[in-house]
Amino acid sequence: MSDDEIILADLSDDELVQQMHDDLYDGLKEEIEEATHILLDRGWAPYEVLTEALVEGMRIVGEDFRDGILFVPEVLLSANAMKAGMFILRPLLAETGAPKLGKMVIGTVKGDIHDIGKNLVGMMMEGAGFDVVDLGINNPVENYLAAIDEHQPDIVGMSALLTTTMPYMKVVIDTMKEKGIRDDFVVLVGGAPLNEEFGKAVGADAYCRDAAVAVETAKAYMKRRHNQAQTA
Amino acid sequence: MSVDPLSQLIAQKGVLLADGAMGTSLFAMGLEAGEAPELWNETAPDRISDLHRQFVAAGCDIILTNSFGGTRHRLKLHGADDRVFEINHRAAEIARQVADAAERTVIVAGSVGPTGELLEPLGALTFDETVDAFREQMEGLKAGGIDVAWIETMSSPDEIKAACTAAVAIGLPYVYTASFDTAGRTMMGVHPRDIHELSSDVAPGPVAVGANCGVGAADILSSLLDMSDAREGAAIVVKGNCGIPEFRGAQIHYSGTPPLMADYARLAIDAGATIIGGCCGTACEHLKAMRQAIDTHEKGERPTIETIVDRIGPLRNKPAGDDKTAPQRERRGRRRA
Repeated sequence: MSDDEIILADLSDDELVQQMHDDLYDGLKEEIEEATHILLDRGWAPYEVLTEALVEGMRIVGEDFRDGILFVPEVLLSANAMKAGMFILRPLLAETGAPKLGKMVIGTVKGDIHDIGKNLVGMMMEGAGFDVVDLGINNPVENYLAAIDEHQPDIVGMSALLTTTMPYMKVVIDTMKEKGIRDDFVVLVGGAPLNEEFGKAVGADAYCRDAAVAVETAKAYMKRRHNQAQTA
Repeated sequence: MSVDPLSQLIAQKGVLLADGAMGTSLFAMGLEAGEAPELWNETAPDRISDLHRQFVAAGCDIILTNSFGGTRHRLKLHGADDRVFEINHRAAEIARQVADAAERTVIVAGSVGPTGELLEPLGALTFDETVDAFREQMEGLKAGGIDVAWIETMSSPDEIKAACTAAVAIGLPYVYTASFDTAGRTMMGVHPRDIHELSSDVAPGPVAVGANCGVGAADILSSLLDMSDAREGAAIVVKGNCGIPEFRGAQIHYSGTPPLMADYARLAIDAGATIIGGCCGTACEHLKAMRQAIDTHEKGERPTIETIVDRIGPLRNKPAGDDKTAPQRERRGRRRA
């Protein structure tokens, strides 16, 4: 059947969801939009479309990214396709009060304009069911503090691609410590020149080597937070 | 066409020592995290010349200008995108003066880093706009007296090609190096063995190609094996980080020691490198040890990855795989557009 055109609307629900995983993998934005509409028209809850089709599809993409099978160009196309699906789902999710995993404030630190990895993390986090507030590039500590104040996130994410900008992460975390708010948040850091020891040394909770690891780590911390909240 | 000064020096000396870290060395001189190092060409030129002079005194054959983030896209962040020519011109002048005052030939290489933007179709920047941005920077560097454009820390094949195109357009010889920091390839998926092909439709070709930065000294040597295996006789650059960055108190420290970097230089020669230098964290003490290693080492047997790991330490990433592995999943029929 590989040379036959697939008519999405003719597929069963199961087949269509499988097809969406493939289309996300291939970064086919229009197909994802079409399939999202089809599932909604068939009466799927927006949250089900999100988790079973988009999140699961991006999980597969994330694994192959982590394993060095996919690289940034492919993953960006996948994430863009996912975003197109999210764009349709987002207002519906808000209406139906679908559960959120948590909220993240993310930004590239002062002096650094690199945002490819940071954007990927933002999109994958959103795809995984987090609310994401993106501060963009070149953020001084004041921007992080203001966003923390305004959005009350669970997670603060910082990115840097340069060895000359990565030390700024410590400035942000030290300021959070001074203000006595460091432990109210999970702080995740990432970027090409970083490593696990560096993450620890600047005082972050974890270093995430790529977007897939960031999602896994964020989920693990949210689970831990919920458990702590229950036992507290 | 006359032979460019870098090729001449390679012909004369065989293996050359490139310099060490610019950005991380400037921290030690008071640069604050997040500040633009390039602005120091205007506000603190003495400190930049000092660093160049120290590199020359340590024995470097090639010094790189303080212009890594010198494209308009990078300078925009610091409100200096209207002074691209001036800042790069100044960066080149500072290095040129130091090189001209040296008693031996020292090559001035004009550092050109990535724009930080994504090119079409992934991003908004067109190929022609990218060429323009690099050309603007390189015109400043050329006017300031560089011998060669040194395109470095690249990940995207299109961006490398754009930078090479810009160099050729203004008649500069060029070198380009990529950062293999993601599963043994660049972030954009370029395999080290494919580095030679990236400028194949640009003529004249590069003086040398290679790798810089990345994740550590062992990993870059693994990339070197792939690069030298792919094209015999090519002039190849390795300018690896001095180990791994660590915080010690408030200071960042790189784990590489002078003896380790000397051994890295010996292994680099054995693995087929022509130009050997250091990137982040590499200071004069390391460069002196590397100079001595280069001057005394007789090229030995080509090392294996095991030898590299044994002498330099473990790889941080896995080496680049043999193929861009096709998706392992059972594929359904692919839709036609």
